[in-house]
Amino acid sequence: MLTRRTFVTGSVVVASTLSALPAWAAARKDVIVGVRLEPPHLDPTAGAAAAIGEIVYANVFEGLTRIDRNAGVKPALAEKWDISADGKTYVFTLRKGATFHDGAPFTAEAVKFSYDRARAADSVNPQKALFEPIESVDVVDANTVKVTLKRPTGLFLWNMGMPAAVILSPASAADAKTKPIGTGPFKFERWSKGTSLELTRNPNYWGPAIKLDKATFKVIGDSQASFAALMAGDVDAFPIYPAPEVLDQFRADPRFKVVVGNTEGKTIMAMNNGRKPFDDIRVRRAISMAVDRKAVIDGAMYGIAKPIGSHFAPQDPGYVDLTGKYPYDIAKAKALLKEAGVAEGTKMKLVLPPPEYARRSGEIIASQLKKVGIEAEIVPMEWAQWLSDVFKQKNYDLTIISHVEPLDLDIYARDDYYFDYKSQAYRALMAELSVTLDQAKRLELYGKAQTMLADDAVNVFLFLLPKSGVWNAKLKGLWENVPIPCNDLTEVAWED
Amino acid sequence: MLDFVLRRLAGLAMTLAAASVVVFLAMEVLPGDPAEVMLGTNARPDTVAALRQQMGLNRPAFDRYVEWTTGMLHGEFGTSYTYSTSVRELVAERVQVSLPLALLALALTTLIAIPVGAIAAARRNSAADLGIMGATQIGISVPNFWFAMLLVLLFSITLRWLPAGGFPGWAAGPWPALRALVLPAVALALPQASILARVMRSSLLETLSDDYVRTARAKGLSAGQALRRHALRNALIPVLTIMGLQFSFLLAGTIIIENVFYLPGLGRLVFQAINQRDVIVVKSVVMLLVASVILVNFVVDLAYAVVDPRLRKRR
Repeated sequence: MLTRRTFVTGSVVVASTLSALPAWAAARKDVIVGVRLEPPHLDPTAGAAAAIGEIVYANVFEGLTRIDRNAGVKPALAEKWDISADGKTYVFTLRKGATFHDGAPFTAEAVKFSYDRARAADSVNPQKALFEPIESVDVVDANTVKVTLKRPTGLFLWNMGMPAAVILSPASAADAKTKPIGTGPFKFERWSKGTSLELTRNPNYWGPAIKLDKATFKVIGDSQASFAALMAGDVDAFPIYPAPEVLDQFRADPRFKVVVGNTEGKTIMAMNNGRKPFDDIRVRRAISMAVDRKAVIDGAMYGIAKPIGSHFAPQDPGYVDLTGKYPYDIAKAKALLKEAGVAEGTKMKLVLPPPEYARRSGEIIASQLKKVGIEAEIVPMEWAQWLSDVFKQKNYDLTIISHVEPLDLDIYARDDYYFDYKSQAYRALMAELSVTLDQAKRLELYGKAQTMLADDAVNVFLFLLPKSGVWNAKLKGLWENVPIPCNDLTEVAWED
Repeated sequence: MLDFVLRRLAGLAMTLAAASVVVFLAMEVLPGDPAEVMLGTNARPDTVAALRQQMGLNRPAFDRYVEWTTGMLHGEFGTSYTYSTSVRELVAERVQVSLPLALLALALTTLIAIPVGAIAAARRNSAADLGIMGATQIGISVPNFWFAMLLVLLFSITLRWLPAGGFPGWAAGPWPALRALVLPAVALALPQASILARVMRSSLLETLSDDYVRTARAKGLSAGQALRRHALRNALIPVLTIMGLQFSFLLAGTIIIENVFYLPGLGRLVFQAINQRDVIVVKSVVMLLVASVILVNFVVDLAYAVVDPRLRKRR
């Protein structure tokens, strides 16, 4: 007979055994990743939102090449390639045995289809410019594609590794926005709009087997909610954590790992170079000197951002440190403004788009400008209106924005771009760069371009946007940096 | 009664027509372009033009208005620019969260407010009354998102009884879905219940001083009996009015709570759509919300008639 005592002892034993066996006793095979913004749809070849790449890049969709965690270019769906001596012909040897998730084989036809679709007249590819150098795409045989360029293009292999250049199947491309079918290690499973997205393992993946069976992306836009979700264990990782102010709390908690890495986000205060008084280089230099970069980084970014002195990310090869070009100097700034005839109390419109870095930096910079006699009127603006008013119609004096495209020095050579910089010398430099293939020469040109932008004080170069990630300390393999918008889960695993 | 209903229905149709014009024009003058938002900062002008063409944004405004309104009359609300999904489908998904949440919050509000308000009125100036008035004052003043954070800290992070947010969907069974709605419903109900309890109290106090209540007491009913049999029902009219307003608010105005608990509700759908200039979603959802508010008011009017038979006969 079961006595009361044995019963009690028995249940205590059972209970303590149960509590000694945590739920993850067998290494977990799934991960729940928090993302701040929900993607509008899932086709990276038809939308610019970073949130698209953050779900599908490298997980669902792959390109001929791919960008790795250190911003290097690696083979992906192309096993190898041969480049002609004149740099104009690329012959790609494709991966054998790769298939799309719907069973369709990956062939040269799919590559031709995808590239032709991206550069067609009615293309809606957000990065159509990347495909502009392509003269023709020819299928040599099922596993070989020849791409002929109009001119040598230094960044071509990098460009074809971008999210907007992934390969879609002709059979399923039309529905890719809602049913993405790629060649990657994860298949798209379901999307509960407004809440979460689920990917599952693709058993027929051509590449090295992944360690996860399932990945769920949870959309959590609110900073407080993302804090609560991590603390409550509702999500395992927030690779791009939105609120730097609480990072110390996570650092103090052994359950979490806080990793601060880089993005390619050159954060600038753009000046409308085409408008008075910013068409005067003295004014632009004065404003550059009036901004105390360190105070902005400490105040707006909690000190975790790296300063920049030109439009170039410090981690990229070819970087030149120009942060000392315009040291913070109120007296000199005032003198320059006076010389240029900018009266004390001149009003300037400082437009701030929604991201926190812009709003916070803007408040600080406005108060700094006051010290040199500039009245910066802060105009907060939502994203769609910013795109239309500032970016397209150039209706602004100053604005703060982060340019996240990697190696985008060429934007300063564009006609009619929003900061309206019109330097023929710079354009000539970019023209030379785009056809230069020799790496040493390229790096030298990068340096020249950076120096020219800093000399001309085109914009106020503030800092490189940091990426702070918070995740479960037992989770391995997430990227520290984000050279392109993505959450590559192919190497993610739980530690036993 | 039929006349009453018909007149209300005609008014309803006219309000909807007027609302459709206002909503459409508001979206027309809103700066920003869905094609620009979708293609971002690196897009070429010809790409934006191609997408505008694809979305049908180049057609005259009048044509688009007619197409939109006739579509709605046929139950077709268009296709979202950004999601590439029909607006009907998007709304159907969100209503599965917003409607149960609103109902749950309203039920909690009513269950708390009516007895509490009645007790406060019945024991006017007692310690209980003062306590209730104080508590409801706090309930109205506390911002509900802050209260929501406290709830999360206690029940999700410390006690781990309830999820900190998110919505698993009804497919996962009613229990996990309801669990996900408990904290948001409580956070929403607290200020609403505080308002409603105060309305209940003052309305009841007013009826309690009416002649017929005195007559009821004179013919021998106890204070409690007079309150239950005569005063309560008459005091409910202002309470119903407020409840109607509260329900409309709970259906569409819960965006802050939806953000705190990252719930996929209607409020967030509209907010996101405005940011992305997904005008077709904004227009259609706003119209649906206008229609539901009008409908709720209509139901409240009918409820008056149930509570107060005199209103039925009035022309």
